[in-house]
Amino acid sequence: MTRILAAATAEARIAIRNRWVAIAIAMMAVFSLVLSAMGSAPTGVLGADRLSVTVASLTSLAVYLVPLMALLMSFDAVAGEIERGTLPLVLTYPVARAELLLGKFLAHLAILALAVGAGYGLAAAGALSDDPGAISGLAALARLFWTSLLLGAAFLAIGYALSAVARRPGAAAGLAVALWLVMIVLYDLGLLAAIVADNGGLFTTRVFPWFLVANPADAFRLYNLAASEATAAAAGVAGAAGTVALSHVLASMLVWPLVGLGLATLAFRRVTP
Amino acid sequence: MTTLTLSQVTKTFADTRALDRVGFAVAAGERVALLGHNGAGKSTLMKIVLGLIAADSGTVEVCGAAPGSTAARRQVAYLPENVAFHPALTGLEQLAFYLRLRGETPGQAMALLERVGIGHAANRRIGTYSKGMRQRVGLAQALIGRPRLMVLDEPTSGLDPVSRREFYAMLDELAAEGAAILLSSHALTEVEARTDRIVILSKGVMVANDTLAALRRRAALPIRLQVTARPGSADAVATALAGGRRNGVMVDLVCSHDEKLGRLGQVAGLGAHIEDVEVIPPSLEDIYSHFSRAGDEGSQS
Repeated sequence: MTRILAAATAEARIAIRNRWVAIAIAMMAVFSLVLSAMGSAPTGVLGADRLSVTVASLTSLAVYLVPLMALLMSFDAVAGEIERGTLPLVLTYPVARAELLLGKFLAHLAILALAVGAGYGLAAAGALSDDPGAISGLAALARLFWTSLLLGAAFLAIGYALSAVARRPGAAAGLAVALWLVMIVLYDLGLLAAIVADNGGLFTTRVFPWFLVANPADAFRLYNLAASEATAAAAGVAGAAGTVALSHVLASMLVWPLVGLGLATLAFRRVTP
Repeated sequence: MTTLTLSQVTKTFADTRALDRVGFAVAAGERVALLGHNGAGKSTLMKIVLGLIAADSGTVEVCGAAPGSTAARRQVAYLPENVAFHPALTGLEQLAFYLRLRGETPGQAMALLERVGIGHAANRRIGTYSKGMRQRVGLAQALIGRPRLMVLDEPTSGLDPVSRREFYAMLDELAAEGAAILLSSHALTEVEARTDRIVILSKGVMVANDTLAALRRRAALPIRLQVTARPGSADAVATALAGGRRNGVMVDLVCSHDEKLGRLGQVAGLGAHIEDVEVIPPSLEDIYSHFSRAGDEGSQS
């Protein structure tokens, strides 16, 4: 545990020095403020409280931004150490490669928590100051916060695996961008196209829900939207959400970080310094 | 008591044989220099000892354990060639990190940095350090927790002569406390006085493994006697000793180890003509090239 914490402390210091912490917090804060300012319009129509509507907007934001921030922080984890030549020395220390990865993971997750917390906190403060009834949306916001961390954890772990497989920072960055594009943007577009082509057949009713569960980003969206009545209105995929059990969705979000860390450790073990 | 034992260690990369049946041992308190040209297999050998890469065949035992096992890693310190650190961390933070990884209290970081002479820069980022300073951070981390085996790859590269001397003094202390030291170097003259034994690798083959004195005897390289004649006697001395004259006063003689005393007797016999005589044994460079060349010829035949 001391070794994991040692790695986490060093990684957190590096992130602070490299202004990663500041950039992540600023990014989340700006986007959250913009969204909560825009989110004031539809309240009257839906009859929901201000904060629940903001949470719906934040969910759509987080699904893009959180994986992106996670991948940006993690792609350098192993490849960067190889490039700088710092890896051989640290690997002669009595520390397991999994422990080094877990240390980085803890530090990066803490930074994500700070950034996401700052962003959501600002948005909540904005909503509460406008609408005292918004207090009823706090549960949805809390849920959004911890699921955002699970989403970030999944992409951090996948990012480490990519980093260990690529072994060069440039290649790792390329892979990370490609992964983000595929899993966040193209995946949904592909599913949409498949549904249109299927026209309500077996794929739409049986297979499609599992595809949604399998992608941590879609699982995140499903979980937050399905759990909140008000936000269902804002969601395109919400129709399908009804057919998937929430427990499956939650399991997917919990399993992904573990699978990712497992893959990352395996890939890291294959790296010869 | 041996701390490190290698036997029949062989490693092949793609189509080149990096190490070919290399075997030697390093005892506790012993300082062994690993010499060889670039690409002779020194770094590969060190990485195998550290468990960073695996040998194809042969056995390696580090402090009674397998190389790279947790038990071995606890007792082994490493200083890589061109050691690198994260430029965003300060020397103090970097060392605290390494101390924690070894289960030591991070509070010792400052003392270690002062011991290697960079206490004044402890709170500066390593990115601002010179190569010599980074090398010292590398030394400091290798000193953590009284290692039983130190593997040092070109440890004095980037250090100025005074720092080199301090560095070797530090190694002497560690060896006196029982640490086994395996170091590689290109600076043969400094290795000469500061190590107990020399292992020479040539194209992956171990061509020598002995004390410097024994290697000197085995190589049987000629010894140079440099005779300084009194002014005006140089020609007479050169004729009497049948040696070559270098300038107005110097006469150079070359002889084998066995002839040395006889030659010195001749010089002494010339008494009044002689100002001084200097015996110059073959340098480590000479011995090194002798054995490397022998290895080359051996591998070609």
